[in-house]
Amino acid sequence: MAADSITATPETSRVRGLPGLQALGFNRAQSIAFLLLLAFLAIGPFFLYPVFLMKLLCFALFACAFNLLIGYVGLLSFGHAMFFGMGGYLAAHSAKVWGFTPELAILTGGAMGALLGVISGWLAIRRQGIYFAMITLALAQMVYFLCLQMRFTGGEDGIQGVPRGRLFGMFDLSADLSMYWLVAAVFLIGFLLINRVIHSPFGQVLTAIRENEPRAISLGYRADDYKMLAFVLSATLAGVAGGTKALVFGIATLTDVYWAMSGEVVLMTLLGGLGTVFGPAVGAAVIVTMQNYLAEFGAWVTVIQGGIFVICVVAFRAGIVGEIARWLRVRL
Amino acid sequence: MIEDILFQLELGLPQVVLGLVNGAFYALLSLGLAVIFGMLNVINFAHGAQFMMGAFVAWMLLAWGGIGYWWALVLSPLIVGAFGIVIEKLLISRLYKLDHLYGLLLTFGLALIIEGVFRNQFGSSGLPYSPPESLGGPPVDLGFMFLPKYRLWVVVASLVVSLATWLVIEKTRLGAYLRAATENAALVQAFGVNVPRMVTLTYAAGVALAAFAGVLAAPIYSVNPQMGSSLIITVFAVVVIGGMGSILGSVLTGFGLGLVEGLAKVFYPEASSTVIFVIMAIVLLARPAGLFGRA
Repeated sequence: MAADSITATPETSRVRGLPGLQALGFNRAQSIAFLLLLAFLAIGPFFLYPVFLMKLLCFALFACAFNLLIGYVGLLSFGHAMFFGMGGYLAAHSAKVWGFTPELAILTGGAMGALLGVISGWLAIRRQGIYFAMITLALAQMVYFLCLQMRFTGGEDGIQGVPRGRLFGMFDLSADLSMYWLVAAVFLIGFLLINRVIHSPFGQVLTAIRENEPRAISLGYRADDYKMLAFVLSATLAGVAGGTKALVFGIATLTDVYWAMSGEVVLMTLLGGLGTVFGPAVGAAVIVTMQNYLAEFGAWVTVIQGGIFVICVVAFRAGIVGEIARWLRVRL
Repeated sequence: MIEDILFQLELGLPQVVLGLVNGAFYALLSLGLAVIFGMLNVINFAHGAQFMMGAFVAWMLLAWGGIGYWWALVLSPLIVGAFGIVIEKLLISRLYKLDHLYGLLLTFGLALIIEGVFRNQFGSSGLPYSPPESLGGPPVDLGFMFLPKYRLWVVVASLVVSLATWLVIEKTRLGAYLRAATENAALVQAFGVNVPRMVTLTYAAGVALAAFAGVLAAPIYSVNPQMGSSLIITVFAVVVIGGMGSILGSVLTGFGLGLVEGLAKVFYPEASSTVIFVIMAIVLLARPAGLFGRA
């Protein structure tokens, strides 16, 4: 079965992790990769443009949240833009109109993602496989149309001029570098939370459901409840990512709820490596960088993204991190 | 109260009938999706892009070759269908042993490529394509409303093609092979039927149906690269509502939902863009397998 399923974890014996990082569930290779990630987060803003890095981290968190579903439960959601986009709208609205501090605005975005996740998960979990993908896509399209009509979203204009505000009411975030540290912290918390979930007994049950759902059910696990919880968790973190992005750029628009955004997060995760811990972040980094440098080519970006999709599916299903892991014979 | 509703309905009847035109496209597209899914177990995300290609090929035939609507109605599905054969042989056929979701991802990528190429070539503003003269002329008087001849033709053509597809699949020898291979491909192959070729041709036929719908749509909507992508998402909802088990089921659901959308435009216009998705949610709660689906 494992070879047929959409993600297959490479069979490697569990290597003991570095002391201290074991508690996070990392093996040795993952611990090293995580330290590299920390180093990148710490020195990145001194070499690269902070706004670009913040955008990258928002999408990385979004992709990690998406990967929790596809990589560890085997559910392909084609509507994650609704959580990302609506999280952005709610964060923007609460910061601008209700005067929330940034941390509360981001949490509001996450709460919106959770609420939408409960509703759409309740509907979509009834079907599996391809139908699940189509249902989530259709629900996201409905949310898109609602956003187009609702007054608080500002329709085609979106919500503009959202203030970054003061963290905890004290630290001014209008400087890009200060905002960067908040975004990096949000990303790290989300990343570690997902990793903790994956390596928990709960995460092991999720993997069991992915590999063989009837068997997991016959062992007494309520598969639908587990799927639902994972779905809501993923939606919440996608909402957090969307909310953070809205604060970074001071704007929330229809782009983030559009179906193309749902496709983009699938692409990032696929390119980085489905079911790997670090893959989604790497995939997000590649795609965001590519969009940044190819922006002037207009519609060709879409063509290139489509091309990457096709190549990944036909010849490169393990993704970048998956291939590296296979080459090094470790789990990443 | 009831009189009010009847009066509103009478005023809105044209809208409801126009809903049938949308329904015709839903029916044709969900039919193609169902045919492809039945045989290949692949949800063809590129269906919307192939619908758009159908419209563009019709436009190109006219603008560059001077070939008119009626020939385009035949040639465009053939050309786009041939393109489908290439796609199936080169790419999709590599995925049959994998999880079905990969088929969805691959065809999504193809849809992005096709749409992007057309947007580069033709821009996103849309090109005009006028209906043939024989279908222009004064609108037809239906007694309660005037319907442009062309829209009437769309409904009729869609019905005829859907019915023909149903007949081929249910009543002919080829259709019998097809249904048998859907149930058990290995066994049918053991009987000496060339199943891989049948799969390829099925994909081509499904794609040709999308292109046919595209040519029908060209004079109604302006021919533009995005015309397929949002339509296909609605059609996915239609497919979820109907279930992909039966051909007639897809056709009925398609037309039915077109009508419902038309009704929504009369009674509550704000909901007309979302009503199909709401129905999908209700159907999922009441009958998760879809109205005509097998659990």
